Amino acid sequence: MKLGLVELRRKPLRFAIAGSSLVLLSVLLLFLGGLLDGLFIGSTGLLRSQPGELVVYSSDAKDSLIRSRIDPEVRAKVEAVPGVSATGGIGVALVGGQLPDKTDLVNLSVTAFQLPVSSMPSDVSLAPDQALADRSLQAFGVDVGDTLLVGSAKTPITVTGWVSDTDYLQQGGFFVQPDTWREVLADSRPDSNLPPDTFQGLTVKLDSGADATTVADAIDAATGGATSTLTKSEAVQALPGIKEQNSTFSAIIYVTLFVAGLVVALFFALLTLERIGLYSVLKAIGASSRQIFGGVVIQAVIVALVSFVIGGVLMWLLTLVLPAEIPVAMEPARAVQIAVGLVVMSALGAAVSLRRVVRVDPASAIG
Amino acid sequence: MAALELSSVRKTYTSGDAEIVALDHATLEVGDDEILALVGPSGSGKTTLLSISGGLLTPSEGTVVVGGQDISTYSAKQLTAFRRDSVGFVFQAVNLVPFLTARENLMIVNDFGSSRSHKDAKARAEKLLDELGLSHRVDNLPGQMSGGERQRVAIGRALMNEPALVLIDEPTSALDTKLGEQVMELIVSEVKSRDTAAVIVTHDQRMTRYADRTVTITDGVLAA
Ligand SMILES: Nc1ncnc2c1ncn2[C@@H]1O[C@H](COP(=O)(O)OP(=O)(O)OP(=O)(O)O)[C@@H](O)[C@H]1O
Ligand SMILES: [Mg+2]
Repeated sequence: MKLGLVELRRKPLRFAIAGSSLVLLSVLLLFLGGLLDGLFIGSTGLLRSQPGELVVYSSDAKDSLIRSRIDPEVRAKVEAVPGVSATGGIGVALVGGQLPDKTDLVNLSVTAFQLPVSSMPSDVSLAPDQALADRSLQAFGVDVGDTLLVGSAKTPITVTGWVSDTDYLQQGGFFVQPDTWREVLADSRPDSNLPPDTFQGLTVKLDSGADATTVADAIDAATGGATSTLTKSEAVQALPGIKEQNSTFSAIIYVTLFVAGLVVALFFALLTLERIGLYSVLKAIGASSRQIFGGVVIQAVIVALVSFVIGGVLMWLLTLVLPAEIPVAMEPARAVQIAVGLVVMSALGAAVSLRRVVRVDPASAIG
Repeated sequence: MAALELSSVRKTYTSGDAEIVALDHATLEVGDDEILALVGPSGSGKTTLLSISGGLLTPSEGTVVVGGQDISTYSAKQLTAFRRDSVGFVFQAVNLVPFLTARENLMIVNDFGSSRSHKDAKARAEKLLDELGLSHRVDNLPGQMSGGERQRVAIGRALMNEPALVLIDEPTSALDTKLGEQVMELIVSEVKSRDTAAVIVTHDQRMTRYADRTVTITDGVLAA
């Protein structure tokens, strides 16, 4: 109702306490959400950017690339399964890389690919000493043209271009030829000396119209149980820590939203108490409880929205000064989720005052 | 048709074990363009009678008919609409909305539900304030006005929705004699020019000369 809006505009300071609490809670929510998304993005980019719909691991690998091995024999069986249109080998080595003139190591996930990932041109070609680096490595000082000394053997590899959203387990994506990867892997982990043409996993493209889960089952059957085939999203969820991260952060986010609702409830309960005199006059001159209550809810919603916007700006400023090691990502979908959550909790919080508004007696305006 | 008819209206309050009879078998009729002065000592039941007539209180016994509608059987919801559309109140204590200007304090009545457009409401509010001698105060907040000015804004608010009956409680008690007379004259001219009935409560006998008729109330009992 208009009266509520006019009061907000003319007496904004009256809402300062609730507003500033909600600003702080918004920053906290955006930070938690950003951290959750940042951790998710930084852990799962390698899998999400794969061109195929399915990911094949060896069945003894517990759905982890690092433990998995797919030899050419198994791969041939996979490619023979109806519905499979193409496969590409994937391999990863989590190693450090040293930038020229710098002592700190940059965390790399040196990744072998045969089919280009989503952010690569389709005709990508690399020499054995070349790599495409993930843009997230820019924050650590990596640039196109830099030659990094990669892994324990300090293999020099030059960055010739960028890929994006390909990081794996918080290490920056670093895409190389399969033979370069095998070399880096063998140098860093002497137990991991893989024969040529053996990969850790496969990305599997399907014929159009083929059902992903049906083909996945068929692949595992065709290899006689030697493989464990997952859809891309199953593979992402199977990464270590992803589910736990998600449920932990979501729980904190929901509790924080609940606290926001409590703050609004308490604040508007006090405000309503303070306004009982005003409300009784309004009722005496013909305002209904519904109109008065509508005004209260609108005030709560607007205070929540304005606080969210201010919190968003503060969060954005915060991301400018946060060190690159804290992987905060600002995703529009997360911002919408938090904004909607805040508005709903504020409206519910304000609704706690409904009973008190309804019970205001117009006759007490007489006094 | 009478603007207000009270028949054998009784109102009792219970405070602790005691029963206070605020109004005892009050019967009263106010014509549709009549100004009635209601006088009586403090605690005699004046405000109670006004509140019952305006749908703020429900009588313990008896019937209340305003402009032909028997409001004694109304639900709380019906009473809200009745107060909005059919009566105008001026309370004993001036109760303006502190963060609204004089004009907005009048227009708010329109916001609660009226067929009148925002533009027409604005024009009417400004006309009323002008007639009440407040054209220089339309954009002032109540805190920036004198007691008499606030009283006049409250009168304007009561007249805003063109009620058939205006109920005014002690319009002059907070004002000095001269200002009190001015406010009374304003009320009379506003009410008379609109064919509206009015009940004006006062304990000041001098103010009764502005009324068409005076009724006295003592301990909840009316006497002509
Ligand atoms: N809510 C209430 N509860 C109990 N008693 C009440 C209540 N309201 C009024 N009374 C009593 O009812 C009687 C009439 O009160 P009322 O307010 O109508 O008097 P009044 O004539 O308007 O007085 P004043 O000139 O002081 O305003 C008084 O004795 C008062 O104490
Ligand atoms: Mg009184």
